[in-house]
Amino acid sequence: MDPMNYIVLAAIVFTIGAVGVLVRRNAIIVFMCVELMLNACNLAFVAFARMHGGIEGQVIAFFVMVVAAAEVVVGLAIIMQIFRTRRSASIDDANLLKN
Amino acid sequence: MTSTLAADVHAATTAADGGVLSYAWLMIALPLLGAAVLLLGGRRTNAWGHWLAIAAALASFVWAVLSLGQLLGRAPEERSVTVQVYQWIQAGDFDIGLNLLVDPLSITFALLITGVGSLIHIYSVGYMADDENRRRFFAYLNLFVAAMLVLVLADNYAVLFLGWEGVGLASYLLIGFWQHKPAAAVAAKKAFLINRVGDIGLLISIMLLFTTFGTVAFHPVFGAVDGAGRGVMTAVGLLLLLGACGKSAQLPLQAWLLDAMEGPTPVSALIHAATMVTAGVYLIVRSGPIFEAAPTAQLVVTIVGAATLLAGAIIGCAKDDIKKALAGSTMSQIGYMTLAAGLGPIGYAAAIAHLVTHGFFKAGLFLGAGSVMHAMNDEVDMRRYGGLRTAMPITFATFGVGYLAIIGVPFLSGWWTKEGIIQAAFDSGGLTGQILGWVTVLGAGLTAFYMSRIMFLTFFGEKRWADGAHPHESPTTMTVPMIILAVGSAALGAVLVVNYTLGRFLAPVVGAPAHEFDLVHMLTSPYSLAALALMVVGVAYAWLRYARGEVPVTAPKGNFVTVAAREELYGNAINEGLFMRPGQQLTKAAVAFDDHAVDGVVNGVARSVRAASENLRLVQTGFARSYALTMLFGAAVVVVTTLGVSFA
Repeated sequence: MDPMNYIVLAAIVFTIGAVGVLVRRNAIIVFMCVELMLNACNLAFVAFARMHGGIEGQVIAFFVMVVAAAEVVVGLAIIMQIFRTRRSASIDDANLLKN
Repeated sequence: MTSTLAADVHAATTAADGGVLSYAWLMIALPLLGAAVLLLGGRRTNAWGHWLAIAAALASFVWAVLSLGQLLGRAPEERSVTVQVYQWIQAGDFDIGLNLLVDPLSITFALLITGVGSLIHIYSVGYMADDENRRRFFAYLNLFVAAMLVLVLADNYAVLFLGWEGVGLASYLLIGFWQHKPAAAVAAKKAFLINRVGDIGLLISIMLLFTTFGTVAFHPVFGAVDGAGRGVMTAVGLLLLLGACGKSAQLPLQAWLLDAMEGPTPVSALIHAATMVTAGVYLIVRSGPIFEAAPTAQLVVTIVGAATLLAGAIIGCAKDDIKKALAGSTMSQIGYMTLAAGLGPIGYAAAIAHLVTHGFFKAGLFLGAGSVMHAMNDEVDMRRYGGLRTAMPITFATFGVGYLAIIGVPFLSGWWTKEGIIQAAFDSGGLTGQILGWVTVLGAGLTAFYMSRIMFLTFFGEKRWADGAHPHESPTTMTVPMIILAVGSAALGAVLVVNYTLGRFLAPVVGAPAHEFDLVHMLTSPYSLAALALMVVGVAYAWLRYARGEVPVTAPKGNFVTVAAREELYGNAINEGLFMRPGQQLTKAAVAFDDHAVDGVVNGVARSVRAASENLRLVQTGFARSYALTMLFGAAVVVVTTLGVSFA
């Protein structure tokens, strides 16, 4: 097993996520892209853990999953509220602080 | 110097031992209480306020007379009595008690102030009868009497300064008493400001005395004068003179006195003729030991006196406003006193004697002028008077006695005391003595001319009255004080000068008279005869011009001397050109510096911060995606840097 393949895959997934965050306006999609980036990180952690035979990377991957789950709960709730009040899920519309 | 240094006699004082003298502070407290009641009591005291004020002034006078009696009962060398009232300031070595010094000099002043003051209080009842603010007027008069008594009874320079400022305040309030008249308000401010210049001089001299001697009380300072450097003493003397010039309207701080005539006439009589303006002479005589240690300062004092003597007389010759002509005369007469005070011990008694008689005849003349104005609907232009002697016989008689006294008709008050000054000036010896002496003789001639001019324009000649003028004699409250002052103007000089009664009385303070009293010498000395001759010439010239000749109702153009004298010898123009304009330029420059330089720095910093934040604000677009891009970019920079550092 060549860890390099996993690292390359993680990098590709991360890039897809990052580009998605930057170019998409729909908050749900942006959110999913953030999840993609987190999972790319997880993949990299696990790959390095296997490579070094240690357990720390796998533990960190679990932590990230827990945090991501919590984040989904809070983030989706916020998106729901914004959608309810503004009838839009576009993140460009959520610019009240600027004005 | 023929007599002892006054410092020697100044060395000893005795404490008051009960009786009248221990309560000398009552002299000050009574008028002060009167002023407080009238000012705080408000309208409730309108009905009887002026009687209370008169009672306070009279009570003070009675106390002064009783104190004089007590002093006369003591041996001459024990006539300096200190009365401790209370501890005023105590800070380390600096120790000032609010102590009073009752000695022959201060009691002479106290009698003059309370005596003439009481008469003028009584006169004011009639003069201010129609004024709705009469109560306030009497309150200020009482305040003035109290402050003036603080000034003369103080036993140290700090308390003297307290009274000095007090009379300045009272003078300001009374000059501007009719503050609805802009001229009066401006005159009050002018008097206050010019006096401030003099006050600074006095204040600095007091500070110098403290740093030199560690005390500001009279006797310790005078006792230590001999040990101090001549330079310091000269500085102190000149600064004291500056203070005296401000208060006594001597050159170069004379400009306020003529404008001060905007105040009610009793004020002009009391403050700007009889008492307050003589405070400068008092200061110089009281500080005699300091001036004796500083001959340069003494010389400057005589020069100032001589110059003011002539300047005041010249101004008095040309003014058509009766009060301003009399004010010029006051300047001139105080010039006489200042000159005499600058001569040292031979002149002190002469200065004080002339001060006392001047207080009487000049107050009488001013009250006469007030009486005439009262009768002529407040007209002050003498070209609108004329022929008033039949309409106002009592005023004419009393004014006439004052007039004869001031021009120096033999055996009337003014002659006795003015001769004393002329004699002292010639006796001081040397070329300076000759010059000063001839200035005083010339002054006598000028005095005769300008006073005769006032007399003839007002009471003689044709009637040049304005339409609707119905002159009438003044009420009794006004004529009685005038009569009393006229009696004083006639007789007081003889009482004070024959056998040098006043000189001997003052000897413990100012030194004994230089020589024996000699009436024949007084009458026949060439200087006396010269003064007499000039007097006759002055009167005769004035008679020709103003009693026999036609007097036009509007003033003719006059030659350049007349014009200059009417303009008060350009004193105001000089002040304006030398001080006011540059002062205004200076304040303008200071304001500009503040606006542009000081504020410029502050505003510039604020402006640049604001501009920076304006630009910085543009970064915050409000688009979450642009923030995300920034974060990504930042994260990339961090990663690249970390990699670069770890592989480098």
